[in-house]
Amino acid sequence: MSSTIVAARSLPENRISPVFRFAMLLPGGLVTFFLILFALGLVVFLAFRGNDGSLLGVGLTAENFLTVATDPLYWTVTLRSLVIAGLVTLATVVTAYPVAYYLAFHAGRRRNLLLFLVTLPFWTSYLLRVFAWKIVLAYNGVLNSTFIESGLWKEPTLAFLNTPAAVVVTLAHAYAPFAILPIYVALDTIPKSLLEAASDLGARPFTSFRRVVLPNSMPGVLAAALVVFVPTVGDYVTPAMVGGPASTMIGTLIQSQFGKANDWPFGAALSVCVMLVILCVVLVARGADRRFGSRT
Amino acid sequence: MSARANTNSDGRWLGLYVLAYLVFLYLPVLLIPLFSFNNSIQAAFPLQGFTLDWYRTLYGNPALSGALANSLVIGLIAALGATLCGITVSYMDLYGRSPLASAISAIARLPILIPGVIVGISLLILVNLIGLGPSRISIVLGHILVALPTTVVVMRSRFAAIPKTIREAALDLGASDWTTFRRVMLPLSAPAVLSAFMLSFLISFDEFIVVFFLAGTEPTLPLYIWSQLRFPRSLPTVMALGTVILTASFIIAGTAEILRHRGLGAARRNPA
Repeated sequence: MSSTIVAARSLPENRISPVFRFAMLLPGGLVTFFLILFALGLVVFLAFRGNDGSLLGVGLTAENFLTVATDPLYWTVTLRSLVIAGLVTLATVVTAYPVAYYLAFHAGRRRNLLLFLVTLPFWTSYLLRVFAWKIVLAYNGVLNSTFIESGLWKEPTLAFLNTPAAVVVTLAHAYAPFAILPIYVALDTIPKSLLEAASDLGARPFTSFRRVVLPNSMPGVLAAALVVFVPTVGDYVTPAMVGGPASTMIGTLIQSQFGKANDWPFGAALSVCVMLVILCVVLVARGADRRFGSRT
Repeated sequence: MSARANTNSDGRWLGLYVLAYLVFLYLPVLLIPLFSFNNSIQAAFPLQGFTLDWYRTLYGNPALSGALANSLVIGLIAALGATLCGITVSYMDLYGRSPLASAISAIARLPILIPGVIVGISLLILVNLIGLGPSRISIVLGHILVALPTTVVVMRSRFAAIPKTIREAALDLGASDWTTFRRVMLPLSAPAVLSAFMLSFLISFDEFIVVFFLAGTEPTLPLYIWSQLRFPRSLPTVMALGTVILTASFIIAGTAEILRHRGLGAARRNPA
């Protein structure tokens, strides 16, 4: 106790020189305030402008948002994006949980190797991972040729490619590595004494999983759900590669507003809507996190 | 006793599941190298025979080598910028004792919660506003942003693992902030710095979603691949190129992971 006080007194609290502080805050400050906050501010600003072909648009109007709210097309596409991203999130988290559980409680000496193997795909090209699924699902692709080769089918089927299901499978595969780490970290930080206490008090393995492990790992599950949901809900590459016209997502619409359609203010308004949706999801996750008593 | 046996059999079933999961994770990706050696323009079974022809088409292709050079230069500069920001942001977050430093660190990790398409269009508006336009500099800025959360997380966990007493000792012995940072803290976190640099290089090198909006007339490698995907005839070439990229990514990511673990392990072995 006394040593803490001594250390606290000699702590160089206010000794950070202003020059050092300024130099150290400068690069991060520039990037965060200019490239992140200012750029996002521009998007919000542009969303309230009319399109006259100029860079920052003209006037002050809510018309972009009215169009989004009244045109059923945007409701359909937004709903589809939410359903696809929701399914992808559910599939990724549910399939990742047992892997994270194994890593935390059963992997033993193989833990580091397995952790390395599940995180490695994270660092490989997203474009190539999606491309791989195009080869698998194509009309004259891997899946069709395998079935025909094995004599199960006579004709190749078009049923795989260009469907929303193809988008879900491809995205779930592409973002699978994102989900494991947060869940694993949450499981790994559960004190082993909690599990021993549960079993000492007579809980059977399943009960102690349901009442102790699962609630304690919920912060990790929610974090995993967020890091999968956010990039998938705005994705435009996978729908373009394997989705076909029936799986246009909100990201596709935003991308085309800044490309072929060339209506930047409207694209900005769509982006603001996506960010609002994500904000709602984050708030819901926060609330759920608090309910489970986050330990972070 | 029975509980112990029960957990063991649970573990075995789970182990099988993990094996299946890894197969699902790697199998589609490994099809790319497989078919890159296949002597057919179709990626389909049965395999037609072994060939290196598709790799030969990679040589002497000026569009491809131009894109590769672009990707390398952009990746190196963006990695440098992202690593510099990651080091300073996380150092000040931990030791700066100021709300501004914590705010910067929190905002720096914000891009995780923004879909790539929105990062792309917001930067597109920004670079047009300041007169840069879609260009290689714009791509560098975009990639610094995309890689920033990773470098901040890597560097923050490394700095946090260095016992506080080491920094305090240096300051008590009269080292200035700058000397403490440069001669004590930075050398102690060298493996993590290298790891952050390699990972951010990889992120930039593979990045497609943001670069799509920011590229001018000079494409990067992922954009080159995207442009080739429209032509069925160039599919095998894309697969050969993809194999090369995947191999390089595996090597770089593997080295970065080893460095990161070695750095953390060393910190735990020598707790002040």
